[in-house]
Amino acid sequence: MSRAVESDLVERLLDGEHRALARAITKIESQSPGYRDIVSELHAHTGDASVVGITGSPGAGKSTLVDKLAKHYRDHGETVGVIGVDPSSPYTGGAVLGDRIRMASNVGDMDVFFRSMSARGQLGGLSTATADAVKALDAFGKDRIIIETVGAGQNEVDVVKTADTVVVLVQPGSGDDVQMLKAGILEIGDVFVVNKADMEGASRTVAELQEMIHLRDDPRANLDTGHHGTEALDDAGHRDDGHGGGHGGHADTEPDADAEDDASDADEPLVWTPQVLETVATTGEGIDELVETLDDHRDYLDASGELAEKARKRAGEEIRQLLRSDVNRLLEAEIDRRGGVDAFAEAVVEKETDPYAVAEDVLEPLRECLDDRDD
Amino acid sequence: MSADSEQRTIRCLIAKVGLDGHDRGAHVISRAFRDAGFEVIYSGLHRAPDEIIQATVQEDVDVLGISILSGAHNTLVPKLMAGLEEYGALDDTLVIVGGIIPEEDRPRLLDEGVDAIFGPGTPMQETIDFVKEHAPERA
Repeated sequence: MSRAVESDLVERLLDGEHRALARAITKIESQSPGYRDIVSELHAHTGDASVVGITGSPGAGKSTLVDKLAKHYRDHGETVGVIGVDPSSPYTGGAVLGDRIRMASNVGDMDVFFRSMSARGQLGGLSTATADAVKALDAFGKDRIIIETVGAGQNEVDVVKTADTVVVLVQPGSGDDVQMLKAGILEIGDVFVVNKADMEGASRTVAELQEMIHLRDDPRANLDTGHHGTEALDDAGHRDDGHGGGHGGHADTEPDADAEDDASDADEPLVWTPQVLETVATTGEGIDELVETLDDHRDYLDASGELAEKARKRAGEEIRQLLRSDVNRLLEAEIDRRGGVDAFAEAVVEKETDPYAVAEDVLEPLRECLDDRDD
Repeated sequence: MSADSEQRTIRCLIAKVGLDGHDRGAHVISRAFRDAGFEVIYSGLHRAPDEIIQATVQEDVDVLGISILSGAHNTLVPKLMAGLEEYGALDDTLVIVGGIIPEEDRPRLLDEGVDAIFGPGTPMQETIDFVKEHAPERA
């Protein structure tokens, strides 16, 4: 692998060449030789984009909503990068990546860079690849980056966690969906969107979500935003007058006014109560409110210091993830050198040894090596 | 590293371009490619050449499969090729065309930079093998 090729690619990417950005993401996604150099070089140029993750069950309207969001940002002169993650077949590795088909509002607009990625099955690899692809888009100069994924499992939850703000999309009347949300996705949502709000059952779904959010809130949050609960429930109760509006207030505090004071005032931290909004993505209803809420959340993250905290956590997690996979690879190679895992397994089954002893045995040189270092 | 030895995943864009509403063939080929282990992006119907160019460039696909049954291939294909050229994507994208392409039009399309044309009745495996064999190297 030649370092020069990577540097050239990075240079062209930073120059704004679309093809170079596309190729960099290809390398990141397939972890081809040299991709680490690329990400390393890009890292210094990142940090300017705001990153939103959108998740929800299949058919909830994620892609359509992303399309409308992208259009909104474009209309305001901002550039957009989108990463659409789709599952791949665990059997053949093949996949049909279908999110792109809904990007109808941004036809031929190169300043919306849409990239489909598939979960290629490496454990934890997808979130690493997504985070790195986000870096590439960020370094390229995209103002807004949207990650879109089917909220199915741990893998997808990890992916969406690479975003600063997480939007969970729910369909009306999906009582079972809401049940499913309880099982994990609820915790990660900063904003909940009931899409297809012109369908029957939308108000009930909104109410159910409101209720769940207030159950999950810690008591302090309730004190902080006491007006919020009743108002929101009221809203949900009599909303037969239309749709597309936001329910409840936006930010719980006015970040611009309170930021400086609260940052030093540890006793009263800013708290974000997840918002429940309604949209009709196909017509674009409620998109303005959604954008506003996303900006509010961004302001809140800034003001509360959580943005920096999130970045630190994410960086820590990235380091751990990289080390895990690297050490894993080293050990796999070591096992192969010693005759492969099958031979060890056979010995364990024959009761000649046990798994712990084998692990200890394989690991020993590494441990000695680290222990012997005097620095 | 082990990444070197891993088999590369071939990415394809299956594109319906122009005013042509027949996509059974495109669906069938999408599924066959998926089952062959490729990653397939399907464009949807009635796409403008610009859209297909945008998708090909951004997705960095190895293979662009264009399905045309409307007879407009002599207009649409050159537009696509010019667009790919503009973004520096023509050289390392394998371009194949499927659909109804009269024999006398084929030399011209191949001349424009199309790598292969598969007419009706082509066995699926033949197309898959061709793609596997000719997918460009992504160094």
